[in-house]
Amino acid sequence: MQALLLQFLKSLRQSFQDLLPIILVIAFFQLVVLRQPVPQLGQILLGGLMVLTGLSLFVQGLQMALFPLGEDMAYSFVRKGNLWLLLLFAFTLGFGTTVAEPALIAIADEAADIAANGGVIENAGPARESYATGLRLVVALAVGFALLVGVIRILKGWPVQYLIIGGYLGVVVMTGFAPEEIIGIAYDSGGVTTSTVTVPLVAALGIGLANSIRGRDPLIDGFGLIAFASLTPMIFVMGYGMMF
Amino acid sequence: MEILTEFFTLMLDLLVDVTPIAAILLGFQLFVLRRPIHNPARVFVGLVFVLLGLTLFLEGLELALFPLGRLMASQLTLPSFIFGEAAGVVADFSWTDYLWVYVFAAAIGFATTVAEPALIAVSIKANQVSGGTITVNGLRIAVAIGVAVGVAMGTFRIVTGTPLHWYIIVGYVVVIVQTAVAPRAIIPLAYDSGGVTTSTVTVPLVAALGLGLAETIPGRSPLLDGFGLIAFASLFPMISVMAYAQLSEWRSKRARLSASEPPSPTED
Repeated sequence: MQALLLQFLKSLRQSFQDLLPIILVIAFFQLVVLRQPVPQLGQILLGGLMVLTGLSLFVQGLQMALFPLGEDMAYSFVRKGNLWLLLLFAFTLGFGTTVAEPALIAIADEAADIAANGGVIENAGPARESYATGLRLVVALAVGFALLVGVIRILKGWPVQYLIIGGYLGVVVMTGFAPEEIIGIAYDSGGVTTSTVTVPLVAALGIGLANSIRGRDPLIDGFGLIAFASLTPMIFVMGYGMMF
Repeated sequence: MEILTEFFTLMLDLLVDVTPIAAILLGFQLFVLRRPIHNPARVFVGLVFVLLGLTLFLEGLELALFPLGRLMASQLTLPSFIFGEAAGVVADFSWTDYLWVYVFAAAIGFATTVAEPALIAVSIKANQVSGGTITVNGLRIAVAIGVAVGVAMGTFRIVTGTPLHWYIIVGYVVVIVQTAVAPRAIIPLAYDSGGVTTSTVTVPLVAALGLGLAETIPGRSPLLDGFGLIAFASLFPMISVMAYAQLSEWRSKRARLSASEPPSPTED
């Protein structure tokens, strides 16, 4: 208990260092460039304290839960030796963590509005709702697919750059054909999928897999899953836009 | 009181977000792999920390950073700040008038990236895996420099109104060339850091800046130009992380060269 507390105090200090640049930038621009007083100082101090405590708790929980969970599961799957189960897990993890992501829900609703105003779909409640739900499912499928391909890549030891550069060429080509109003949404959906909870888990999974397979280097083979997960949604969403 | 209600609403949202992840992990662990979880109490406490920590973090940002950041973004882009109080509608402007906007864009891009929780997670892992060759702060600063350059260039693009795809295509060409020559071990990490940066802290502030600019400069569309900045912020870290690895490789090569050179003969 005491060790935990001590560790927490240490990470609190680390978090303060992490947040210091933001404080300095804001203070400099507010006081020197704009020459405005800081409004609602009390609220800002309270918020700052919450950010500080929150970041420390998150980093602590990361080391206690998300990293060991992801790595343990990677080891167990390799020891079990069933490829199909591992692939099923990779897909489910990608799909499941994305489909309920609040940021994605917000983007899907926004996309439905844009499509309805542009006359692509009927401007009525049910049509919009099914468009938004469809978009969410497509993005979740894309992330599931990304982790599936990413895990196969780790198992086979393929170099990541061919797949990623090939994927970006795909994005460029699709941009030429996709309807104009979907492109912004498509590019944004790539960033939305990699949430703060998913990233550490997926990184630990990749590294755990690369560590437990002989001949794989955790640095070269373990990273790359996040890059896949932010690439495939762009392609899938543009494809979705072309269907209407 | 209002803060407390908001806090619990946000916590509920996050719980909805985390529940499927926990269900998938537990389901596979218990029913497919049929293995108990190591140290379940510690993992449970860790998950509670993650949930509580993220709630506090996001709620705190909403209270402190986001309103202030948005306010500053709009103040910095106001015509009365840029052209002085007396100026009315300015039709003719040069990109140099917006110097403070570029500086702010770079500074806020750098600062928010350093505080990005997902990037902290990836840096901790990269440090462990590389056996300390990649330092936690070194990687984060490399990524932050990339975001800073990217966002500053993105604001420059909005001000000048040059097409987005020129920048993005040139950027990808640079990425491809660097991929061919950079140390092989850094490439997957560099690609990953592009996806990690566009996360909880950076995006809202950067989007607010883009929106403020696009609204006040004649001829720019807020809808089109708001998106562009985020594409910049996820492209440039790839370049800066590979450059960081190239630089450290070049420096260690030079150090090795000068160490193996015979000491220069001295004249008696």
